[in-house]
Amino acid sequence: MLDHELINRTLGTALRTGGEFAEVFVEDKRSSSAMLDDGRVEELTSGRDRGAGIRVVVGETTGFAHTADLTEAGLANAAEAAAAAARGGGGGVREVSVTRVDGPRPTPARIPPEDVAKATKVELLSLADAAARAQGSAITQVSARYGDSRRRILVANSDGLLAEDDQVRTLFSVSCVATGDTGLQTGRESTGRTVGFELFDEADVEEMARTAAGRAITKLSARPAPSGAMPVVVGPGGGGVLFHEACGHGLEADLVAKSASVFAGRVGEEVATPLITLIDDGTMAGEWGHFTIDDEGRPAARNVLIQDGVLTDYMWDHLRARKEGRPSSGNGRRQSYQHLPMVRMTNTYISNGSDEPADIISGTESGVYVAELGGGQVNTATGDFVFGMTEAYLIENGEITEPIREGNLIGNGPEVLTRIDALGNDFAMGSPGTCGKDGQGVPVGDGTPTLRVTSLTIGGTAA
Amino acid sequence: MTELDQLAQRLLASAVDGEDVEVCVGRAVETSVRVHGGAVESLTVAESHGVGVRVVVGGREGHAHAGSFDPDVLSSLVAEARDNAAFAEEDDRVGLAVPDGVAAVPVERWDDSVAATPIDDKVALAIALEAAVLGADPRIRGVRASVYGDTRSETVVRSTTGIESHTRGTMASLSTSVLVDDIDGGTRTGGAVDAARGPVGLDVDTVADLAVARGLQLLGAVAPATGRPTVVFEPRFAATLLGLVAGMLSGERVVKGRTPFANRVGEQISADVLTMYDDPTDAASLSAAAYDGEGLACRRVPLIAAGVLDGFLHDTRSAKGLGTRSTGSALRSVRGGPSPGHRSLHVDPDRGDLDGFIAGIDDGLLVASLQGLHSGVNAVSGDFSVGVEGVRIRDGELAEPIREGTLAGSIPRLLLDISAVGADLERQPGGALVPSLMIEGMTLGGGG
Repeated sequence: MLDHELINRTLGTALRTGGEFAEVFVEDKRSSSAMLDDGRVEELTSGRDRGAGIRVVVGETTGFAHTADLTEAGLANAAEAAAAAARGGGGGVREVSVTRVDGPRPTPARIPPEDVAKATKVELLSLADAAARAQGSAITQVSARYGDSRRRILVANSDGLLAEDDQVRTLFSVSCVATGDTGLQTGRESTGRTVGFELFDEADVEEMARTAAGRAITKLSARPAPSGAMPVVVGPGGGGVLFHEACGHGLEADLVAKSASVFAGRVGEEVATPLITLIDDGTMAGEWGHFTIDDEGRPAARNVLIQDGVLTDYMWDHLRARKEGRPSSGNGRRQSYQHLPMVRMTNTYISNGSDEPADIISGTESGVYVAELGGGQVNTATGDFVFGMTEAYLIENGEITEPIREGNLIGNGPEVLTRIDALGNDFAMGSPGTCGKDGQGVPVGDGTPTLRVTSLTIGGTAA
Repeated sequence: MTELDQLAQRLLASAVDGEDVEVCVGRAVETSVRVHGGAVESLTVAESHGVGVRVVVGGREGHAHAGSFDPDVLSSLVAEARDNAAFAEEDDRVGLAVPDGVAAVPVERWDDSVAATPIDDKVALAIALEAAVLGADPRIRGVRASVYGDTRSETVVRSTTGIESHTRGTMASLSTSVLVDDIDGGTRTGGAVDAARGPVGLDVDTVADLAVARGLQLLGAVAPATGRPTVVFEPRFAATLLGLVAGMLSGERVVKGRTPFANRVGEQISADVLTMYDDPTDAASLSAAAYDGEGLACRRVPLIAAGVLDGFLHDTRSAKGLGTRSTGSALRSVRGGPSPGHRSLHVDPDRGDLDGFIAGIDDGLLVASLQGLHSGVNAVSGDFSVGVEGVRIRDGELAEPIREGTLAGSIPRLLLDISAVGADLERQPGGALVPSLMIEGMTLGGGG
């Protein structure tokens, strides 16, 4: 993406004020999306973003500048700005010579989305619209969105590293509105993978549309959700968001270092019931949070964070790892070249347990069954987190009974981890997500088998 | 013509007969300083560019955008948007804004001090903020972040339908999040933010005091018991809540049947103490603007008058869908098309204030934080369920703090249950000018 000599000169400029570490991150991203709403293909959008982010580290200080100008002059200006921002004590000239690392090769998309006719992409939207509306006249509104992106990145740094990746992602979602005597209700279904247009070999958009429509229609007859603490069973796939919020963020080394995590200083301790093994794995080919190298050039890795209930490690980026004299765990990510990398999750999941899902439900006298979760949020310093339930049912006398309306659940991460008393053998990955941290969004995946938390607080309106 | 106007004009020149083209060009220069332990953790200085193009031909619309002014990137932008338009389906609501004769109210949004202030002084603000927080109380354990940020931005919208708007603005902000040791060995947090047109308008002590007070307010917090207290929202949370309401009054939602307030103009939708409008022409608001995202003049838009629904927020497309005119409420970034929304909510003051409300409540809750607004509020159904921290009110006095609670209801119901709108108008960093609100009987859930 950039000439090696130009990279060397740019890194040299970046180090001129005495920087200890310098890095050039180049990104060229093309995206396209198409949206159907209100019965019509409304708009197609094409996007192109290309630029470089340059950072210089001196002591505890990072200087950062980015530019959309990839000429020698543009890069030199950004390098000087980053160097000035970091302002080392020293100065002088340091020669940098980057060499390509023979790291893992990106898995090429089998069907690059840019080779697929726009008409073919648009056709998927119309299929989804028709399938959703065929679910009944209660479906009064359907929107469907197709999106793809190809993100090529190059990372080079003053340690001599030079690495590249080519990341292709494809996404499809359907949202429905159902109208009934009780008002309006919504249902959504989405799928997204780090693959090309071959996504649709396995993802049936009409089936997704029927699922979304079914969720909206079901909720028309839903009862108000209960309020207060009670047992909660989370279905396969869905529970990943729970762990993402309950402990994932708290295991990010940058938050740990600032004592802004309830899990700081707890490596080696039992932090969860022995049922729980939590893994963050960027190597899971095809998953939404997958990549070949992270945004600091480090190969993706499989990291066990909690083993049989015991906290084994945090997630690390280059800076935090360097301070601790250990390797990065491949969790340094950024939204774009306009952002500094920081510790982020990739695909975070709980591995299978041994309980039969049906036994978990029948063993629950009364409570709530959550089939589909929405987004969540956590305060890592207190461990308090919330997440939304978008499809949920009451459990009465060990059986799933009536649907309930959506709402948030609230809990405390360290407490919830010790309250998981059943784990199913039906592991599944959940829906593609965008994780936000300090204003940056990155694609993440998560997964779990069916599991039960003995007590979580449901934010409903019924007593 | 400035460089941005020229760039827009060059792209417009590639329009062909029978099509309308709109170009939105933006440039922003930003500085961001994060401080930790009395030293700079990161300092970002950068300039970003963006160009968005919409082509409308025969009732079909296509978009293309690029994050660069490079001629080789821009050369194909109009053609790409035109090609995209060919795949959209015809819709008679589609069309670019046309000048409507409404004169823009000029608002000064530029503060030279953003560019004139040396970086060292900006760094010093963030360092001073961290120090002020740490020195405020022995129970403060640390600061998660102390951040100074500013931007200078400039936006041009031009179209073949005669739109020519050029706006520029500056913004500076200071924010922090404090960590407080609780009596049970746990941690509580509190955050605060101040924003102004430039660094000169920022007040370190105000941000520090607010963040510390908010952190200390929740010491010893316990999970609440489930109940139906009267809930008091201080102005910043009233702004959050009414922002959700305004979001449901978007003309686009009305046209597409995605709001419970569609077809209800002229009806009583809230208690009659509430009068609310969007006023981007109020120069004192940091969200003030002369022009909207389609280049039409921003104007004051009545939303709720004494509890009666007055109207909706429109851009050109949603207005066509309802057979009305744009209210100059288009929001947009260069990366996407416009959609209608509010900029600067104003609520008419009524009577009383926060302390007066508390004194008159037997069983209540003063809200101190809301979590999960993105996952717990459904603007289509109106269902509302969020995580809450706060302080219980008993017999007119503040009682025990609570955490890990939930607050739930439906937004249409909650508007009707407003029992008081204060006279204590407070300007929010985001621009809203709102007083405290009191709402009867919301469901508070908890494991206590």
